[in-house]
Amino acid sequence: MTTTQPTPTPPTYPMARECPFDPPAEVRALREESPVSRVRIWDGSSPWLVTRYDDVRTVLADQRFSSDVDKPGYPATSIGVKARRKASRSFIAMDDPDHARHRKMLIGEFTVRRTESLRPLVEETVTELLDAMETLPQPVDLVEAFALPLPSMVICRMLGVPYADHAFFQEHSRALLDVTAGADAAKHANDELRGYLAELVAAKEREPGDDLLSRLVERRIHTGELTADDAVGMAFLLLVAGHETTANMIGLGTLTLLRHPDQAAEVRGGDPATVAAAVEELLRLLTVVHTGRRRAATEDVEIGGVLIRAGEGVIAAGESANRDPEQFANPDELDIHRRGNHHVAFGFGVHQCLGQPLARLELQIAYPALLRRFPGLRAAVPVDEIPFRDEMVVYGVHTLPVRWDTAV
Amino acid sequence: MRVSLQKDLCIGAGQCVLAAPAVFDQDEDGTVVPLADPPPAEEAEAVRSAAHACPARVISVG
Ligand code: HEM
Ligand code: SF4
Repeated sequence: MTTTQPTPTPPTYPMARECPFDPPAEVRALREESPVSRVRIWDGSSPWLVTRYDDVRTVLADQRFSSDVDKPGYPATSIGVKARRKASRSFIAMDDPDHARHRKMLIGEFTVRRTESLRPLVEETVTELLDAMETLPQPVDLVEAFALPLPSMVICRMLGVPYADHAFFQEHSRALLDVTAGADAAKHANDELRGYLAELVAAKEREPGDDLLSRLVERRIHTGELTADDAVGMAFLLLVAGHETTANMIGLGTLTLLRHPDQAAEVRGGDPATVAAAVEELLRLLTVVHTGRRRAATEDVEIGGVLIRAGEGVIAAGESANRDPEQFANPDELDIHRRGNHHVAFGFGVHQCLGQPLARLELQIAYPALLRRFPGLRAAVPVDEIPFRDEMVVYGVHTLPVRWDTAV
Repeated sequence: MRVSLQKDLCIGAGQCVLAAPAVFDQDEDGTVVPLADPPPAEEAEAVRSAAHACPARVISVG
């Protein structure tokens, strides 16, 4: 008979934050003391939590760690995410070669240069939204008036949603993300949007335009590489993956800048290199996709001296990697002049965010435009009255009431 | 400095173009293409930064 040490129960992940602007202290403690260790998640399983920058990149770059929710040990983020990923299978939840085959159909749409050509469109959209916001009685909820509509209007234009349907599209994508709406309302919004996108794909087959969906129809559906149903799934992924993430970066990023007036003033100044660096720094510091990238080991792999076995789950904690002092000096400080900022806020490896050039473009235009338009912009309530999105897949603020000085 | 690219691994994330715009570009389909091969000496730091940033480990510097 062997005697074994009683295994202590692993801590529950995700942990609660002490400060709304920093990851939980327990995550930092794990990174320092036990950088690859077991945690317990909602379904009772105990995947490995990987917390150091180097280890997180190693896991995400290694395709022996699968993104397929059906793989044994896959540590799903929540029951809802699991259901959604199973129901509408898209390449974010596939492994290569299927993942690469699908992703490659879209990467031409998201190159750095191609995205740059969308600048006038994004600027126009930002101006339109700020014009509307300016006419509202203060305080105004920045999330509702600016942060949420911007990414959804931009993706509408990219996909080729006719202008007349923008309001419908907006309303339903808002409902899809609304946690207070309940399961039925979310399902209804889901069905409405999918139905709409299916009709849109059919419309592009009849009458192609100069947009992403028309190009998918022409180059991929007509050639038999992709079914119309897959195209709908792709359009839906673009909508979902880009909406909440960018919106929360706008909301939480603005609040963070307002707490650092000197750095906000530099962003308001609008020097492109400074603004670009500030956006990277906010992405790093805030890491709004804050409960790790989820993977399942398909082979035995050693990470940071710990043997992870085939069939075990792994959570690569980007929110921790982005605060690793081995990689980032003074990691808990906002420093918009930080150099060599290779953060993992967009993930790493083959699934690294496809939409990142677009997200960067939107943020680089949104922050300075907002700060310039509204002198004296400030939160209308103290921080402890702002509802933070602790329980959500994408972190940020549910609402952000703001005021500004009006000309007299 | 010598740079080699394993193009078939490229996932079009464009990190290389951001880090070293004088050395890397993306073609119509999003795949990396070298603009300067070998890169000029003054681009060495930028190229190293691109190699570090590339999520699919396409770029190796020798
Ligand atoms: C600031 C905003 C954004 C953040 C923080 C963000 C973050 C991320 C992260 C962390 C991943 C990796 C997922 C994984 O490893 O499993 C990802 C993937 C992805 N993102 Fe983003 N994202 C943002 C904006 C966007 C936008 C604007 C779009 C498109 C319009 C987009 C489309 C995608 C897609 C399609 C994937 C899946 C890529 C793949 O599996 O190959 N994202 N994003
Ligand atoms: S960073 Fe790497 S994956 Fe991305 S475009 Fe350049 S070579 Fe390709």
